[in-house]
Amino acid sequence: MNDRQELNRNLAQMLKGGVIMDVTTPEQAKIAEDAGACAVMALERIPADIRAAGGVSRMSDPAMIKGIQAAVSIPVMAKCRIGHIAEARILEAIEIDYIDESEVLSPADDVRHIDKTKFSVPFVCGARDLGEALRRIGEGATMIRTKGEPGTGDVVQAVRHMRKMQSEIRRVASLREDELYEAAKELAAPLDLVRFVHDNGKLPVVNFAAGGVATPADAALMMELGAEGVFVGSGIFKSGDPAKRAAAIVQAVTNWQDSKLLAKLSENLGPAMVGINADEIETIMEERGK
Amino acid sequence: MKVGVLSVQGAFAEMEAYWRSQGANVFEIRQRSDLERGLDLLALPGGESTVQGKLLKDLGLFASLKERIDGGLPVFAVCAGLILLAEKIEDDPTVWFGSLPVAVRRNAYGRQLGSFRTVGDFDGTPGVPMTFIRAPAITAVSPEAKVLSVFNGQPTAVRWRNVTAFTWHPELNAGGLRPI
Repeated sequence: MNDRQELNRNLAQMLKGGVIMDVTTPEQAKIAEDAGACAVMALERIPADIRAAGGVSRMSDPAMIKGIQAAVSIPVMAKCRIGHIAEARILEAIEIDYIDESEVLSPADDVRHIDKTKFSVPFVCGARDLGEALRRIGEGATMIRTKGEPGTGDVVQAVRHMRKMQSEIRRVASLREDELYEAAKELAAPLDLVRFVHDNGKLPVVNFAAGGVATPADAALMMELGAEGVFVGSGIFKSGDPAKRAAAIVQAVTNWQDSKLLAKLSENLGPAMVGINADEIETIMEERGK
Repeated sequence: MKVGVLSVQGAFAEMEAYWRSQGANVFEIRQRSDLERGLDLLALPGGESTVQGKLLKDLGLFASLKERIDGGLPVFAVCAGLILLAEKIEDDPTVWFGSLPVAVRRNAYGRQLGSFRTVGDFDGTPGVPMTFIRAPAITAVSPEAKVLSVFNGQPTAVRWRNVTAFTWHPELNAGGLRPI
């Protein structure tokens, strides 16, 4: 691992215990920062709208991303399509703080992800299980998030992915050393990374929850299941009172173990995003990029 | 020694591991009731100062911590923690604790592509690894403060009365560093 990758892992460590919020305008970015977001994800349309609009979804206009970079002092992330090396180069050129090689956009390559070790800028990638997570880390991702099912407001897939990842981590940690070769084969993951999980009982990079988080309780649930922080996409700016909901989710992530406080935080937030059940949708984003 | 690590957001787990490796008895501060346990040193970890500052106020921790810091409780602060302590933040009217006579500039080396690692002298010890992550710079410092490390002519760690503060992350590469 090169020094750049270590520095990029370090930035993800600084984001832990925080909430990363999707924003589409500088005004939203400011609201998110004031509400306590530890970073923002700049994108033209939030996943719920991408889902509603259909069609091909691409990297956002760099001018729009720069507008958000100018509006806030916290890190700014942006999404490129899976396998779209050129979009990633463009995001690197505008000095984005983190690239999300994301299944929320239409994949540019239906087989390969970007070789992220060739970039100086850091990447976060989605994963549904330990094998996917370790393959992305092997390609150079320095932060992982669950895929969940974006834009639904339904947390069920994020729960499934986080539980699966954590139980697979526990299983690998329990193996005999001479069983790791077979485990690497089963997981379709690099042996050295499987060995790291075995020795340390955790991923070698920070692991956030994402996809369908809409309430302080959803965020607390994901922390309970082992997330080190939370992405909230459509859940904030598709709700009735974004600033209040955002601030409540931030506090819920810090004090996810305090149920009295969670009860208070959940009061009078106004309507949550309407949401759609993850099993009623046609476009399954989590299937993109394995 | 009992070390309370502010754990509202950021790299508090790394800070806890660092103090455990120094033999300290470590606990997390997430809300006001945690302060009842009593502490000999307050550790302020890396993270986002805007988030940590807001949570300190929302969770009712701010006044009690400021009183303790200004009352002489030893403090060990890195990166975002330094920003929380600074008397002045350049181009920003915000002041959090304002307990340390320094001025800082946030994100002084640019965005993440400007993050870097170097090796330098810390308080007379050569060869200390120093990791700067979207780091602030100390742009002015009281003559009463002791400068412990320097990069490109600017102080990167200072000690003043009860406070030791860094723009870099000793907790990420702790090898060979004895902080207090």
